[in-house]
Amino acid sequence: MSTSPQNAYPPPAPVGRRTGVRANVFYGKPASAVTTFPARPVTEVVVPKVALDSISLSYKTTSGERLLALDNISLEVKPGEFLCIVGPSGCGKSTLLHLIAGLHPQTSGKVLVDGVPASGPGTDRILIFQELGLFPWLTVGGNVEFGLKMKNVAKAEREERVQYYLRLVHLSQFRDSYIHQLSGGMRQRVALARALATEPDVLLMDEPFAALDAQTRDLLHDELERIWAETGRTIIFVTHNVREAVRLGDRVALMTFRPGRVKQQFSVNLPRPRHMEQADVAHAAGEILGCLRDEINKSLEAEYADEKTR
Amino acid sequence: MKKLAKQVIFYSALLGVWVLLAKLRIWPPYLFPPPWGVGHALWDGFADHSFWIGIAVTMKRMLIGYSLSVALGMILGLAVSSNKFLEETLGGLLVSLQSLPSICWIPLAVLWFGLTEKAILFVVLMGSLLSVTIAMEDGRKQMPKIYGMAGRNLGASGFRLFWSVLLPASLPFIVNGMKQGWAFAWRSLIQAEMIFLSLGLGQLLMMGRDLSDMSQVMAVMVLIVILGYMVDGLIFRTMERRLQEKYGLAP
Repeated sequence: MSTSPQNAYPPPAPVGRRTGVRANVFYGKPASAVTTFPARPVTEVVVPKVALDSISLSYKTTSGERLLALDNISLEVKPGEFLCIVGPSGCGKSTLLHLIAGLHPQTSGKVLVDGVPASGPGTDRILIFQELGLFPWLTVGGNVEFGLKMKNVAKAEREERVQYYLRLVHLSQFRDSYIHQLSGGMRQRVALARALATEPDVLLMDEPFAALDAQTRDLLHDELERIWAETGRTIIFVTHNVREAVRLGDRVALMTFRPGRVKQQFSVNLPRPRHMEQADVAHAAGEILGCLRDEINKSLEAEYADEKTR
Repeated sequence: MKKLAKQVIFYSALLGVWVLLAKLRIWPPYLFPPPWGVGHALWDGFADHSFWIGIAVTMKRMLIGYSLSVALGMILGLAVSSNKFLEETLGGLLVSLQSLPSICWIPLAVLWFGLTEKAILFVVLMGSLLSVTIAMEDGRKQMPKIYGMAGRNLGASGFRLFWSVLLPASLPFIVNGMKQGWAFAWRSLIQAEMIFLSLGLGQLLMMGRDLSDMSQVMAVMVLIVILGYMVDGLIFRTMERRLQEKYGLAP
């Protein structure tokens, strides 16, 4: 957890670090009323880092029908918060991240960053894609440097930042390797370093660890938690794995299946660092999973129905 | 090593059959020359420098015509793939024109340019331009969309997005287009040389025919195959394989 002296590059000042108050998990409240226990007096009004204001998205399917993918989603994410979004496959949670990243326009509603409506992609919000999208024609170092080049950062500073962030994800020795020479877990870390290097306020992560084996995933959870604590970024993390969401998030938002809505939100106040196998993590995940079951069943039914009509 | 052994056995057997057929004298030697006859013709051709000169002239034409068609084909392919109107109009025309064997352009080439170097280059260009264009266009479409999105996400846009993301991302497809273009250009050039009868490998082949010297005809055919394979099989295929490996596209 400690910042070793070799991490020379000055990391940005943490924003809104938590107090580490030990509290019970509290879940099962409707979306409009997120409750945290024990209740803390509200002392300041914080402008949310990211606010989704009644976001809806519909599109025409190939058969000409209009399909409502996201329905009136409103969510607020505080600076420095780690929000996990959970939902069955096909609920539009990845699409939601693409909207926040500005890679896809919403049908209606607004995405606000620091209270200002955002249009189009911006380097204040970097998305780590599920498929990563690392550039195979660049080395590891080249990939991490890419966003800095696009931001016209001076060469000396680029050099410094690439070194710093490669060290942060423990890949300094692989700077000159190409992506195809790396393992899955290493690629994941390159993607993380590439996203962090541009020093975005908000990190959007789309099921980044879904394709990894359990050991690698656990390791990356620890690293992500450490990096989050060190850099104080706001993270919105999408996953279908409820336990992963509880393991990582300050808060877990549950999405419904087609159309995607925010069904419920849960505050997770378990002490950090957490582990996937911890009893209280499993317990909280179990409760959330209970609420998710209906949605998973709906998603499975829809999938099987698709199969029949084929 | 095992593959090499198989190949050695296969080619020895093929040569054996050839020798056997020649020895049986089913056809007279001037119609069906034995392997050593072809070997002799190859030796003579290189000894009197005619083959060296032929190869040099053919390769020079190839280099000019092929470079021209790659450059033009890439521009055309990019234009067609990035403009909906062009794709729906010009794109269709290009695909239908590709069914035209390049030899069909020879009468026009002769009328327009006369029996000149320009006419040969025109035929080579028409023979390979379309395949490069179409391969370029397909490549742009097949390129994984994720790279463009990742680029935009990291702050690239406009020309920089094209230059630092879209272009390198479509490189494997570009090389594929170049490879196809080469194969078409090579065939077109040999055909054109056979008809124009101006120095080159195609002309050497036709000279063998006129002299009823099948050893020379076959010697030139062997040369054409070897040269074509060297560039296509060794240079392009190696480049393509390396790229596919690097880009994670290898099967």
